[in-house]
Amino acid sequence: MRIVVPIKQVPETNAVRMDEATGTMIREGVEAIINPLDLYAIEAAIRLRESHGGEVTAVSMGPPKAMTALREAMAMGCDTAVLLSDKAFAGSDTWATSYVLSAAVRRLGEFDLVLCGERATDGDTGQVGPGIAAFLGLPVVSYVSRIESVSDGRCRMHRLVEDGYEVLEADLPCVLTVVKEISDPRLPTLRGKQKAKRADVPVWTMGDLDVEPSKLGLEGSPTRVVKIFRPSVARKCEKLVAADETSVALAADRVVEFLQTRELI
Amino acid sequence: MQHSGVWILAEQQGGRVQRISHELLTRGRALADKRGCELAAVIFGNRIDDADLAELLERGADRVIAMESPRLEHFLIEPYAACLLKLLADRRPEIVIAGATTTGRTLMPYVAILAHAGLTADCTELDIEEKTGNLLQTRPAIGGNILATIKTPRHRPQMATVRPRSTRPADRTPGRVGEIERLAAPADLPPSRVRRVDFVPNADEHGLQDADAVVAVGRGIKKADNLPVARKLADALGAALGATRDVVDRGWLSYPHQIGLSGKTVTPRLYVALGVSGSIQHLAGMQTAETIVAVNTDPDAQIFRVADVGIVGSLFDVAPALTVKLRAAQGKPGGEGTER
Ligand SMILES: Cc1cc2nc3c(=O)[nH]c(=O)nc-3n(C[C@H](O)[C@H](O)[C@H](O)COP(=O)(O)OP(=O)(O)OC[C@H]3O[C@@H](n4cnc5c(N)ncnc54)[C@H](O)[C@@H]3O)c2cc1C
Ligand SMILES: Cc1cc2nc3c(=O)[nH]c(=O)nc-3n(C[C@H](O)[C@H](O)[C@H](O)COP(=O)(O)OP(=O)(O)OC[C@H]3O[C@@H](n4cnc5c(N)ncnc54)[C@H](O)[C@@H]3O)c2cc1C
Repeated sequence: MRIVVPIKQVPETNAVRMDEATGTMIREGVEAIINPLDLYAIEAAIRLRESHGGEVTAVSMGPPKAMTALREAMAMGCDTAVLLSDKAFAGSDTWATSYVLSAAVRRLGEFDLVLCGERATDGDTGQVGPGIAAFLGLPVVSYVSRIESVSDGRCRMHRLVEDGYEVLEADLPCVLTVVKEISDPRLPTLRGKQKAKRADVPVWTMGDLDVEPSKLGLEGSPTRVVKIFRPSVARKCEKLVAADETSVALAADRVVEFLQTRELI
Repeated sequence: MQHSGVWILAEQQGGRVQRISHELLTRGRALADKRGCELAAVIFGNRIDDADLAELLERGADRVIAMESPRLEHFLIEPYAACLLKLLADRRPEIVIAGATTTGRTLMPYVAILAHAGLTADCTELDIEEKTGNLLQTRPAIGGNILATIKTPRHRPQMATVRPRSTRPADRTPGRVGEIERLAAPADLPPSRVRRVDFVPNADEHGLQDADAVVAVGRGIKKADNLPVARKLADALGAALGATRDVVDRGWLSYPHQIGLSGKTVTPRLYVALGVSGSIQHLAGMQTAETIVAVNTDPDAQIFRVADVGIVGSLFDVAPALTVKLRAAQGKPGGEGTER
């Protein structure tokens, strides 16, 4: 089987700063990791290769330092990796991100599955997986919690939905987005790390892909972040202190009275 | 032809219209009124209930477009995307909103690519910009630490998904009329490369999101053995029990109880927080509750900033006292004067 796993490098902490003027993230000075939800896709892909043979390729679109994420993916067991990096890709929304990733998947040649994470912990849209499928003209199965079997050009799987799970069968090739239940990501081994360190990971720029420049980056993105702000959620709070038996009773009385005036009891 | 009109993407299951559709009508009606245009509810399915379609009109739609076929009975990406794309091309709406459900979160990004449209995920607020008529879409990102307002200046339609339960269902005005169009799916619908073989329902669905009242416990409850304190208060209020992530992570309550960014969103009429600090991620799942009451020992706890009434004190004193007073006020046994 040939499997492609798109992975995103994201900031480690949630203490991310934003450039309020451009609406983009300031990534300097924040440790970057593989999007935690992508580890499940990597693990699922490696397991399929272990049982069916083949090759797993990790791809990431991002700044040059996203190379670290790709080497980590290789240390876990991905066979090859490609970095998609070009100033022209900067500022992409999910439309433009899906466009570049699908072009890279095409260039990689024949494949059976594209396995994406459920969502990235920073942008948090979950839109890129279905977006890649749309550009490739393939069906997508989202929220896959279990791959039951892969045989005869078909994949049978469970899809986690609000009130249970669906059992679906898809023709290959196909794009999947996976949820945590699918696997338990392994840790990189020492040998894996050494191999990953030496591996040759190509960097593809705009010129290496069959893409139209006008569809890339900020220019090619239909959406614009126009404002970024901190959530303000304040209400006028009536504060009561309940420190001893008397004040506890008084506070409880007041709450009951309040709920009655709002017709909640 | 100009793009005009607001669409909401209603959802059905087994031919019955789902609640998310009515929540979307609340959003859609406000936008259509501001924009001075028609509000249509679009729905895909097979043999959809007539009364349910009429109810979409009663709850604010001016038009219902129901596209039906046995092949649309359940959500599968290819037939659904083909039908929505055809409707978009034929009728050119200006705005399309869907629920951020497993269906909406899959169909919308797929279709947005092929329609070359911008799509904003998980919006908590939607508005129309006065001057331009653009849709202003506000959503949390980066673990709920920030809110971003997003606009799609040049592409149409403007597409957005909205978290389920982040608004109340639109009110029903019996007798409110409009047009219902029942259409057959296009005859040239391509065969689906994904097939649904089976469905296995959840065993433990518990009605947290349907509850009118919720009592949520945070780490202040200290251990699972203390949960009866909260349960008794919940019983007195007829409330469902919810929890913070810290409580779920410790195994004191199961994941379906989790409220917040990585759990459920709830919009009950009453939300009571016991020993909950009020982290931004927890607030993301409950701040739209109509009335919020919080009990916390820390007078500076963040939860008080969103509360209507805050009690600075121990939940182990306040919750039992409140339970007793509530029972008494409702004339139920277990109230003051009766045995505890
Ligand atoms: C505050 C903020 C809000 C935003 N809101 C929106 C919005 O509403 N709509 C919109 O279109 N854009 C939005 N964006 C832009 C969006 O974050 C970027 O396009 C981002 O590159 C991809 O989206 P995501 O992080 O949501 O990824 P998701 O769609 O959540 O990622 C899903 C999966 O796709 C794969 N993947 C995603 N990105 C990459 C990558 N760069 N390389 C390899 N694989 C990848 C991974 O497998 C990942 O698990 C927003 C950005 C910011 C900063
Ligand atoms: C990406 C991400 C997603 C997350 N998603 C969620 C989510 O979906 N839901 C969620 O809840 N959290 C989520 N979190 C975690 C969140 O940041 C907080 O850690 C969590 O909400 C805190 O839970 P808590 O209020 O129970 O615990 P704490 O913050 O430890 O608060 C306990 C509170 O109890 C009070 N207390 C102690 N003793 C008593 C007493 N006797 N009586 C009354 N009060 C008392 C304390 O003063 C304190 O305020 C997420 C975090 C991240 C980074």
